[in-house]
This record gives sequence, C-alpha cells and structure tokens, in this order.
Amino acid sequence: MPEPREPLTTDDVAKVANLAMLDLSDDELVTFTSQLDAVLDLAGELNQFDVAEVAPTAHPFGLTNVFRPDEPEPDDIADAIREEALAAGPEVEDHQYRVPPALGEAL
Amino acid sequence: MSQTRTETESASSEPNLLPEGWEMVIGLEVHAELATQTKMFSPARNQFGGDPNTNVHPVCLGLPGTLPVVNEKAVEHSIRIGLALNCTVQRCIWARKNYFYPDMPKDYQISQYDKPLNVDGWLDLPGGSRVGIERAHMEEDTGKSTHVGVSGRIHDAGYSLVDYNRAGVPLIEIVTRPEIRGPEQAKEYVEELRSILVTIGASDGKMEEGSLRVDANVSVRPTGADELRTRCEVKNVNSLRSLGRAIIYEARRHVDLYEAGDSPRQETRHWDEEAGRSRPGRSKEEAEDYRYFADPDLVPIDPSAEWIAEIAASIPALPKERRDALIGKGASAEAAAMAVGRQLDALALAAIEAGADADRVLTHVANNLAVDGAQNLDAGHLAELVKMETDGALTATQAKQVLAEMVETGSAPGAVAAAHGFEAMDTGELETLVDQLIADSPEEWERFVAGDDKARHKMQGFFTGQIMKATKGQADGKAVNQLLNQRASR
Repeated sequence: MPEPREPLTTDDVAKVANLAMLDLSDDELVTFTSQLDAVLDLAGELNQFDVAEVAPTAHPFGLTNVFRPDEPEPDDIADAIREEALAAGPEVEDHQYRVPPALGEAL
Repeated sequence: MSQTRTETESASSEPNLLPEGWEMVIGLEVHAELATQTKMFSPARNQFGGDPNTNVHPVCLGLPGTLPVVNEKAVEHSIRIGLALNCTVQRCIWARKNYFYPDMPKDYQISQYDKPLNVDGWLDLPGGSRVGIERAHMEEDTGKSTHVGVSGRIHDAGYSLVDYNRAGVPLIEIVTRPEIRGPEQAKEYVEELRSILVTIGASDGKMEEGSLRVDANVSVRPTGADELRTRCEVKNVNSLRSLGRAIIYEARRHVDLYEAGDSPRQETRHWDEEAGRSRPGRSKEEAEDYRYFADPDLVPIDPSAEWIAEIAASIPALPKERRDALIGKGASAEAAAMAVGRQLDALALAAIEAGADADRVLTHVANNLAVDGAQNLDAGHLAELVKMETDGALTATQAKQVLAEMVETGSAPGAVAAAHGFEAMDTGELETLVDQLIADSPEEWERFVAGDDKARHKMQGFFTGQIMKATKGQADGKAVNQLLNQRASR
C-alpha cells in the first residue's frame, strides 16, 4: 500500500486556482479545499489495487493510429468557414480577432 | 524541458569566449514546421503568408464540440526526422499543455510530454563532434498575436490582434542534450539539422519565415566540472548570427553573476537583437507549471515495425553521406560542404565520375555556379567543359563564360565555345607564335632570361600580353608561361 497522502491545504488550492486564472475569495478557498480533498480521497480508493502487472492505459478505447489523410478542405468550404468564424468573433479588426491585452494583469 | 544529467564529451575546438576557468553548457530546442498540406489536427491549409485567418477551421479555432484528428503525413515526417537523427521511434501519446494566451484558443496546446515519439538519438556534425538528441516530439504551432499599443511593445499593449493561420500547424520539437560547448558548435548543429530536414523533405527549414525556430538553454560551470548549473532559456533568436550572440551574452551574464557572488535565476529570457542583450520574459511565463495530462480526445500512436521500415527506406542520402562521397573523390571538407549546401553535390559527383578533374569541378561549384538553374546543368556537359579546360582548349576565363551560358541555355560546351570563336588553339600554332615573338623582342627576351625574379615576372606579363593580343585572348595563359620557361631553360 502507498503512503497515506498529506491533506490538501488552502495554499495548494490557491496555487491551482491562480494557474487556472480563477479569482477565489478566502471563503471559497476553504470550501474548495475540503471539496477537492474529498475528490482526491475518492480517486485514492484506486490505490488499494495492485497494478504492478498492468500496462498503463493512455486511453479507454484501446485504439491506436487513428489518422486522417493530409488533404485540405475544398476552397469554397474553407472560405465559408472563414466568414462564419470571423462573424462569430466579438470584435474583429482587419480580419483579425481583437482581444484584450495579453498579459492578464487585469485578471 | 528539463536537461538530463547524462553527459558525453563533445569534441569542441572553440576559442574560449568566457573568462579563464569557465565553460558553456548549451542545449538547443529547435521547432520546425512540417511540410504538410494541412494542419496537425484539422484540414485547414498549412501555408505561410496569406491574409489573416484565411487558413482556419473550427478545430484550430478551438470551438466547442470539435475533435482533433491526427494528420498521418505529419506523423510520417516526424518518424522520418527521428530516424534521420538516429532516434528510437516508439509508441507515444498526446498531452495537453495548459496555459492561457490568446494565440492558443483552446487554452491548451496539444503536445507530447512523458511519452514522445522519438527518443535517444544523436547528430554527427561536419566538424567531427556528436550532439546527443534527447527527444523529438510532435506538437501544434500557435497563432500569431500583434500587439497594438502606444509604443508597440508588449508591456504597453492596448490590445492584441490575433491571426490563427499558424495555429495548429504541425511542428516537431527537437531537443538536444546539454552537450554543446559554444556558439560555433551551436550554429553548426542548427545548420546541419536544417540541411537534414530539407534533404528529407520534412520541413522547408526557413528561419526567416519562422518555420525553423531555435531556443537556447544556456548555463556555465567551472571548466571540466560535470555539474549542471541553473540555466536560462533564451527565446526570440531569429537567425544563426543572433543565436551565436545570444549564447555568448547569456553565458557571460551568468559568469558575471557567479563572480559577483550571486547566481542566475532559472527563467525564460527574450533576446533583443538590436540592443544585443537578453531580457527577462513575461512574468506569467515564469509560473511554468503547465499541468500536462494525457489528451482524452486522441488515442496513442503505435507505429508498426513495417511502417517504420518503409519510412526508413524512403530516406534519401543525408548531407553527411553526400559530403563523404565527394571527399572520397578528393574534395576538401569545405568544398564538399559548399557543394552539398548548394545542392550541387550530385552534379559535381557525376561530373567527376565522368572523368572530369575534381579540383576544377569543385572550383566551378564554389565560384561560378551560385546561380539559379545550376542544379539543372547536365553533368556530362560539365565534365566535357572541364576536360576542354584541362586539355588547354579553353582558358579559365573562357570556361567561366561558357559555363554561364551552358546554365542559361542548356547547350553543350563545344557548341557554346565554337559560337564564341573559342576554338582550340593548336599547340604547334601557339609555339610558332611564341617563337616569333621571342625573335621579334630580343631585348625583352634577354631581360626575361637573365633578369631577377622581379624583372622576369614583369617580362612574363609582357610576353603573355602580346600573345593574348595576337590571339584575341584565345591562348591559354598557363600554356604560354610553360612555353616561355621551356624556351628560357634551353
């Protein structure tokens, strides 16, 4: 059996929240820390199984080598996609998407 | 990418660019865009240039509900690269690299992490050193954002414009072990790698268009130590020249810090070519915690031994093999590298094999064939031309002129020479002319025969000039000199 893990701290959750660009209040940090800790406990139940002889599973389907040929979309379809995709952007300038400053200081 | 601690000695003969007692430790990460028709996971075109957002598709725009499907050709190219770099090609999986930036609209980049396609290879450089390849993995390129702001600099950006034409373009990232010991070896590595990528048709290798990009991991250590100290990753290196400068700058910065009792911080830095220095990267990038995990949308790639063998069989002769073929025919390492670099090695080799003098052929490659269309030159014609030269039927100057016209028109050298009136001058005819001139110029001849080296040289110019005048430049200068010396020693 593996060592029992250390319980999650609010610092751990604050770090993950920061990487995910989530702005959590102190109360929310406490709430999510206990919830995430419970999720880890649940996942930890898998530790009771001996998997030393089991090959790692990268994907549940057991498929490999799903490919498509290197063939471009026909031009008329590509053009239609472009029009639609640009029309869906909240702000467009010179056929480019206009977005807020990229540094994220405002977040 | 973490540097591993396995080390081998590399044969580097670089001048020491650091203060006494310090050496450089460099690892390179090269990103190359693969030469496919379409993107890594979508049927949008993989095309440089073009109006913004013309080569887009719901998959590379990261729209909800879309699913990526792997481009088989991109995998084939990647395996070909792995084999050309002596890597082990293995079963591999895709991973999500999570970060937030508008040039990657899914908020993650699909890459490979703990199970990459190619591992543990090496590349032998023309200078004799070997650089270990840690891995060569597949991933997708990002879009391009243009920062619009007061000064145009990223830190003052008012807003950004994003073009997704490049988003999802298939990339290979080739990571060396930290075995490179100086800027010259780094440049040599990139040049050789680029040459291989172009030769096998996997990438166009154009640094100026960004289809080949280099990041350098630089650290320093006391000479001869086997430790690896804190490294900095220098990005935004857009040419081989910048690569060399950036490496020297960064390594000296580290030495200065250590010698002042300080030490560098592990960070990403951006090279500023104009200022000639590196600067710390964006603060967000310092939190390099990408929380990789296996991408559930994509299944593993498990290339069969048959497929790998088929791809291996399709790999043409690599630059090293091509250089060696010419060196085997007597070419110097430099001349061979030049011929291969200009894609003229097959021509040169064929001409030499057809009996042409190797030195003359390689001299033409170096001096007279750096022109469009030279690759289409007929090797038989080149061999004939060189033979006319070595037989004395054409002077070096005439040969150069004939060659230029051969490249332009595809004509045979004999025909071109005849059209210019470059008829072979009969040796007997030349002898008669030389003897006549000697008889007509007794004073000059006396000075040639009896004079010191300087006088002799001057008179040689006189006689050669007179003969050239008399033959309208058709005489071979070397043959004239030979005759003069022969007559003088009688």
